[in-house]
Amino acid sequence: MIEKRHACNAASERVLMCGNEALAEAAILAGCDAYFGYPITPQNEITAYMSRRMPEEGRVFVQSESELAAINMVFGASATGKRTMTSSSSPGISLMQEGISYLAGAELPAVVVNVMRGGPGLGNIAPSQADYFQATRGGGHGDYRTIVLGPSTVQELVDCMSLAFDLADVYRMTVVVLADGILGQMMEPVVLEKKPRRKLPPKDWALTGAKEREQNIVRSLWLPEGRLEEHNRKLQAKYEQVQKNEVLCEQYELEDAEVVVVAYGVAARIVRSAVNRARQEGMPVGLIRPITLWPFPMEQISKAAEEFRLFLAVEMSSGQMVEDVQLAVAGKAPVLLHGRPGGGVPTVDEILDKIKQLTIPKNKRKMKS
Amino acid sequence: MKTVFARTPSLKDCTTHYCPGCGHGIAHRLIAETIDELGIRGRTIGIAPVGCAVLMYDYIDVDMVEVAHGRPPAVATGMKRTNPDKIVFSYQGDGDLAAIGTAEIIHAAHRAEQITVIFINNAVFGMTGGQMAPTTILGQVTATTPQGRNRTGEGYPLQVSEIMALLPGAIYVERCALSGPAAVRNTKKAIKHAFELQVEGAEGLSLVEVLSPCPTYWRMPPAKAMEWIENEMTKVFPLGRLKG
Ligand SMILES: Cc1ncc(C[n+]2csc(CCOP(=O)(O)OP(=O)(O)O)c2C)c(N)n1
Repeated sequence: MIEKRHACNAASERVLMCGNEALAEAAILAGCDAYFGYPITPQNEITAYMSRRMPEEGRVFVQSESELAAINMVFGASATGKRTMTSSSSPGISLMQEGISYLAGAELPAVVVNVMRGGPGLGNIAPSQADYFQATRGGGHGDYRTIVLGPSTVQELVDCMSLAFDLADVYRMTVVVLADGILGQMMEPVVLEKKPRRKLPPKDWALTGAKEREQNIVRSLWLPEGRLEEHNRKLQAKYEQVQKNEVLCEQYELEDAEVVVVAYGVAARIVRSAVNRARQEGMPVGLIRPITLWPFPMEQISKAAEEFRLFLAVEMSSGQMVEDVQLAVAGKAPVLLHGRPGGGVPTVDEILDKIKQLTIPKNKRKMKS
Repeated sequence: MKTVFARTPSLKDCTTHYCPGCGHGIAHRLIAETIDELGIRGRTIGIAPVGCAVLMYDYIDVDMVEVAHGRPPAVATGMKRTNPDKIVFSYQGDGDLAAIGTAEIIHAAHRAEQITVIFINNAVFGMTGGQMAPTTILGQVTATTPQGRNRTGEGYPLQVSEIMALLPGAIYVERCALSGPAAVRNTKKAIKHAFELQVEGAEGLSLVEVLSPCPTYWRMPPAKAMEWIENEMTKVFPLGRLKG
């Protein structure tokens, strides 16, 4: 099967794959040199797939003793200039936060896939979007950010992987691919192909042995007075560049919309169906779907808030992304929430009901005097 | 004039931040000498711990990284697996390796990672003010064992080398000390052997435990600290080759 999949890369044929395996193959195509991970549901297919495919490619696979170790193995491989990744699900991602903070401090590129599940604690293994705060606010200690991608189809998940490795290298940052149990498990037809890389800066900082050059040091400790503040300002300037250059979002059926639903990932798929049904029933509803969750599409939403009446955030949590929507809308319009925490997945009907409560179909509207 | 002793090139010509009588400076020199004698500066990557030796890269002139507390063996794994031609070593204190990083060192050895670990056992947490370490000996007074370490509630000193020697993936384990010129010479031999094994591609992890003085937090003059290693520490941590 794998050989076949591989053989079809060149021809860019569509193959049916589950999200977890597809993203793993996409990482290999993106030139991932090393994968480190510790099993956890619902992303076990990634670890298992990598254990087969990475050695086949002559690359590195290590099943670590914990997520703490996995992220630090990523740290080590990255410090030598390699493209490297790990994957996990919510509880494991919590353990990785120490390492992600160190990666940020040391400005090392890394890709971390979080196939989210219900929390807090051990929670459950149902799909969830409850790690939004953790991912988009840095997650560990210190003033830092990670770039967060929130794909909503298996194809987009695949496309996010090459983007993630490129962004990580360009900005020397951790890129989090924020998926969930549904996206990881669902089978969809995908095209797997090698993408051209962005123009990448040379990794002249990498630890390769100080042969005929001065020593390189990768560090996050800055003790002299003012030095760490300076370092933080440098990081912030970099993050501003990311915010300026890398926002991705989809706008769907926004024309004349009175209600704008904001949703990402799998929730956005369900919302899209609800928007289609609402439109059929004459309700002017649109969707803004952030693809980068950090940087969040502030400008797009802020602009929409000048034209549209009402915003509804739909997410599989008690309401996390809604805070970013509120920040973007900045009081220009009401922002409501339809959230399903603890592994709950909203249905199309449920969202449609909510939309109905908020809109008046065009044909039932009173003529303006 | 004949030169009888010179600073080895991989040891930087600078003053360290270490306290008078501290063993870290000696251990650094032995590592730098080893790197130069083996001619591996151009392909060596070192890992500095969180602890008093965190600024080790200011003193040893090779490519180095500073990592989270206790995680050097995991970082070393990521480095060595992706760069099998490089010589990767970690330098870790007893808080770093034997407390917060116990899982990482055990599993790196368990996987037989081809790395070299220099383990500095000074029986205290130096950097944070001389608290109890897992290696603090019974009766030893520290910042957090004001009555002396008591086996009840505070536990026994952890014998890292003995544990490591049990693991098939650890191919060379030796405990030595910095308690005098002869002991330092032995330590040098052990460190050099541990690096040589990696250079030869030996299939496993080598660890050299170094009993190292901390006069500041042992609250004794440097000369007394040397004696304390020989008279007290070696009773709990006997010197010698445990494996390989
Ligand atoms: C996660 C974390 N916990 C605690 C600390 C504080 N801390 C710094 S060094 C250290 C212990 C160092 O002791 P050791 O490893 O024996 O090295 P030494 O300073 O004695 O050389 C501790 C607890 C930290 N930096 N990070």
